[in-house]
Amino acid sequence: MEPRKSFWKKALLWLTALFFYLPIVYIIVFSFNDSRSLTKFSGFSLRWYEKMFSDSSMMESVVYTIVIAVLATIISTIAGTLAAIGLSRSRRMLRSVVEQVNNLPVMNPEIVTAIGLLMFFSALGIDKGFLTLLLAHIMFCTPYVMLSVSPKLRSLDPNLADAALDLGATPLQALTKVIVPQIMPGIVSGALIAFTMSFDDFIISYFVTGNGVNNISIMVYTMSKRVNPSINALSTLVIAIITVVLLIVNIAPILKEKRRKKV
Amino acid sequence: MRQFRSMIYPYVVWLAIMVVVPMLLILLYAFTKEGNSVTTFRFTLENFTRFFSDAVFLDVLKRSLIIAIVTTILCVLLGYPIAYAIASGPEKSRMFWILMITMPTWINMLVRTYAWVGILQDDGLLNKLFGLFGLEPVKMMYTTFAVVLGMVYNFIPFMILQIHASLAKMDKSLLEAASDLGANRWQSFLRVTLPLSLPGVLSGITLVFLPAVSSFFIPKLLGGGQYVLIGNVIETQFLTSGDWNFGSAISLIMAIIIMLSMYFTRKVDTDPSANGRSE
Repeated sequence: MEPRKSFWKKALLWLTALFFYLPIVYIIVFSFNDSRSLTKFSGFSLRWYEKMFSDSSMMESVVYTIVIAVLATIISTIAGTLAAIGLSRSRRMLRSVVEQVNNLPVMNPEIVTAIGLLMFFSALGIDKGFLTLLLAHIMFCTPYVMLSVSPKLRSLDPNLADAALDLGATPLQALTKVIVPQIMPGIVSGALIAFTMSFDDFIISYFVTGNGVNNISIMVYTMSKRVNPSINALSTLVIAIITVVLLIVNIAPILKEKRRKKV
Repeated sequence: MRQFRSMIYPYVVWLAIMVVVPMLLILLYAFTKEGNSVTTFRFTLENFTRFFSDAVFLDVLKRSLIIAIVTTILCVLLGYPIAYAIASGPEKSRMFWILMITMPTWINMLVRTYAWVGILQDDGLLNKLFGLFGLEPVKMMYTTFAVVLGMVYNFIPFMILQIHASLAKMDKSLLEAASDLGANRWQSFLRVTLPLSLPGVLSGITLVFLPAVSSFFIPKLLGGGQYVLIGNVIETQFLTSGDWNFGSAISLIMAIIIMLSMYFTRKVDTDPSANGRSE
């Protein structure tokens, strides 16, 4: 490649990076601003963090967000993995129907899924709140787990599980000792997608929650109607949590690999 | 082979209850009136005639479609060169840039949209930058510009990743063959690269258009309370005015528009005459 051409490509890519990361850096910087202003940085202070940590409704929303995300991740990862294994062994008819229906929440605009669930919960007479929020999150996370586990199952030798059963393993042993270890990368990436989907969700949560149960996104949305620099602090907290989760998930396998090489 | 097959059945039941029933409820509500208690509803097309006979709603629909289309076009025009620049680099830089593009998508969309508020203010960062070049401050917050910018910002990663995926899959020897046969750079791009990357562009279009046409918090945060798109109308019907029948009908109209546009996009994709693939 001619150096001049490659210069323009590099310039374009760094400009893109600036476009993507400038707002994120901007909000982090202004979370440490001394004044209320969103445009003038008048000095470093932690007052908006103090305000955030002493605001019980903001702290509650952080707790709800994490609790819901952890529960939804655990449940949808287990359910999605089991369903994907079952699906890989079902008749083609059933498989294609399940795959189509499974894709509905993925392909539908979120707002359509959201109002469907809202009307469904109200038809059943379930009070909007923690339970409806959790059920909704499990509902939209599970298809993503299945989408990430299924390809791993397709490349798995089906005879392995049968061999284990022939050799006297119980079905549970065949499942936990033979199938699951081999599809583990798919399960882990499915769990990661589920966690971030749940942690970041706004639209569906906004429609199905109530009775004071809010997550961080809903908090940011309701607070954004007035100038409130605590939003910047809360946003920075969200960015920090997701960054830590991504780092752990990406670094853990590398460390594990290193340790294995040492042994 | 039969082992574990039964593990799918609980999930089938779950899907029927949590996915199919809510969708059926939207249909039921859209075609009924006074349906809040199941025993008293009656079937009607009133919700649809109300929508299509009201100029205000038609205007909102038109504006939503125009904004979604403009966003999609901008994402293609900006996303293609970016994806191309990534795909043409060496392996290591490609992985780095894919990571750079993917990472922001893991961060809460609402938070990233809100982050633009300070930048777009009258005395915000962008206007200060303009000031350095001696330009007058421009009003950007609460304009169509801000809404489109917010949408492009949120949705363009999907476009870049899709186009990059199809460019990366491309057999590089085809380009050598093209240049051996006397094509210049531009010709081999138009005749080889572009047609082969078209599937990526088309799936990118679907991934951008769908959230753009249904978005409601981007117009609210960056366009202000007066800025109403179809998603905002649905939100109002469900959370403020409580007219679920009318809200369901509007969602159904929106879903049908999206399905139609997806159908046509797919059709272009599979129609060999449309993208120069002759098989």
